[in-house]
Amino acid sequence: MSNTPFVIVIFAMLGGALRVSTPFMFVALGECLTEKSGRVNLGLEGTLVLGAMCAYATSFHTGSPWLGVLAAGGAGACLGAIHGYVCKLPRVNDIAIGIAMMLFGTGIAFFFGKAYIQPSAPRLGSISLGDWTGNPQLASALQINSLLLVGIAGAFVMSWAFANTRWGLIVRMTGDSAPSAKAMGVSVDLVRFLSTTAGGFLAGVGGAFLSLYYPGSWNQGLSSGQGLMAVALVIFARWNPLRCVVAALLFGAAGAIGPALQSVGITQGYYFFNAAPYILTLFIMIGSSGSKHAMRDAPGELSITK
Amino acid sequence: MSTGSPAAGDLSDVAAAVKPPTAPAAGSDFALRLRANSEYVAIPAFALLMAALLFAVFLLAIGKSPIDFVDYVWRGGFGTAFSLQNTLQRSSPLILTALAVAIPARIGLVMIGGEGALVLGGFAAAAIAIPLVGHVPPFLTLCIMAIIGVGVGACWVGIAGALRYYRGVNETISSLLLTYIGIAIMNFFVEGSLRDLSNPNKPSTMPIGDAYMVGKIPGTDVHWGLAVGIVIAIALHVLMTRTTFGFAARVTGGNMRAALAQGLPVGKLMISCTMIAGACAGLAGFFEVAAIQGRANASLVAGYGFTGILVSFLARHNPIAIIVVAIMFGGIVASGGLVQRRMDLPDATVLVLQGLTFVVLLVSETLYGRFKIFQVSGAADRT
Repeated sequence: MSNTPFVIVIFAMLGGALRVSTPFMFVALGECLTEKSGRVNLGLEGTLVLGAMCAYATSFHTGSPWLGVLAAGGAGACLGAIHGYVCKLPRVNDIAIGIAMMLFGTGIAFFFGKAYIQPSAPRLGSISLGDWTGNPQLASALQINSLLLVGIAGAFVMSWAFANTRWGLIVRMTGDSAPSAKAMGVSVDLVRFLSTTAGGFLAGVGGAFLSLYYPGSWNQGLSSGQGLMAVALVIFARWNPLRCVVAALLFGAAGAIGPALQSVGITQGYYFFNAAPYILTLFIMIGSSGSKHAMRDAPGELSITK
Repeated sequence: MSTGSPAAGDLSDVAAAVKPPTAPAAGSDFALRLRANSEYVAIPAFALLMAALLFAVFLLAIGKSPIDFVDYVWRGGFGTAFSLQNTLQRSSPLILTALAVAIPARIGLVMIGGEGALVLGGFAAAAIAIPLVGHVPPFLTLCIMAIIGVGVGACWVGIAGALRYYRGVNETISSLLLTYIGIAIMNFFVEGSLRDLSNPNKPSTMPIGDAYMVGKIPGTDVHWGLAVGIVIAIALHVLMTRTTFGFAARVTGGNMRAALAQGLPVGKLMISCTMIAGACAGLAGFFEVAAIQGRANASLVAGYGFTGILVSFLARHNPIAIIVVAIMFGGIVASGGLVQRRMDLPDATVLVLQGLTFVVLLVSETLYGRFKIFQVSGAADRT
């Protein structure tokens, strides 16, 4: 059964979904946290690229990929903190700042990353979950990275924390109504600053996955729009961390269509299938933006849905 | 000066130096307007200065001389007749892609899809030329190419405008997604059915040939795209400030609910503005193909669309100011090669400078209305 092209494509897409989805998942979780507090960070594309570069450089110099992951998170948190600080100033437009931070983050990453295109840095290892099946394709599809598990666990923790902790309540209140947060004596600016910084940290970790696991090298074309698609994905996931995970897996599968078809010899329309995630995102945005369901779940203070 | 921050104190000094308050509060109408409007020049100028300082610190931190940098940018962008013409050549697409941001901005949309419309418009122009070259006279071919390029660009950005109006899809995200899709469409054809097989080095469409290229402005080395860009910028300025259409668009941008309550055709205005934007970017793509590259290939994806966003914001979405700012950034782009070679800097240096300028500029927005020097009684209702 394992030899029909259809099965090969399905397994390749499953493997692709598990591999490609992780950066989407981290960026989406970060953006979910930021947007829950009532602010939009469109600059996570730049954060993702800078995170990838920092992770690769740190792993190359220290020999420890996990330090690289930490460095990527730190770099992402810095960009998030700049965004969070700037946006609280009066008359500053958070969407425009997002575009600017996207260009700035990518610029810095390309500038310092030039030296790291050639050398090879230690990568993150993988965990085999599929050896018991005895099916080599399924086994290779189920080779996963521990960051995927961290991401899924993070989504569960975030979902639980939004519902059950004081901090979660404060973030949600700030996102739904700044006046009531003020009335409760909560500093709106501080909550949003911290949420944006933490969101940047998560997006940076997503970047570390790109350069240290899959595709597993640093170059300037490493991320082309994944960060942006993840922002759109949060709208589709209706600001729920668990739905973010499902949506990220869906996007990963869409991104894996092109390579999966190529692996069975279908190269026709390779560029078209490369565009599949963008087209999927656009249609998902068309579908979810107009729906009353999605808008009911949106944080009340969010400028992006108005 | 009620604000106590040190940055604000510096600014008032700079602003005073730029525009000394010569007229008393009860001066002539012209002097009052000058004083009220000088804020819109002084604050971006101050932001540019701050960005330049920060960039100088950045260069010093990595051990390069900022003075050398300025010197090379001057020599590579403006110093000689050759470099000045190179600069003007590069500012032509920047004027058009900046207009592609500025016109939607007037109606309250943050559109960043200029790059995609430029690439797709340029590609469509090159593709339509393939069957025409050799059969149809050059001038007619160029006209058809321009119309197709403009039309495709207009439709491409128009999609984002229509999605925004009819479905409430965020136009910033959708226009950037459309950019990625547009580039993928071009790659699909350029590496597939429309590939020129006689050119093994770089996947491209068939060249349109020298006889079919857009000529130079007489006496210069600059193609006609610059003149067309300037004329369009002036025309769009007139459209947005002196016509009913422009007024209605600005009302919509100022307050959409008021515009709806007034019965303005908000949907038509919004889609028209985004289509004008796409048309400008598509025209830029046409000129890149018909005046510079001669064919469509990955060189079209040169980042003009993204630099155009910065140009438009720096010019405060004013089409006339866009011309000046575009020439300034054209010089920075044109000198990029010289700076890289002589100072041994990566090509992303220009990106860092642009990103830094953009962030500082947007931060400076918070300074508007904080300085008494610009405050004129009765000027609060200026639009």
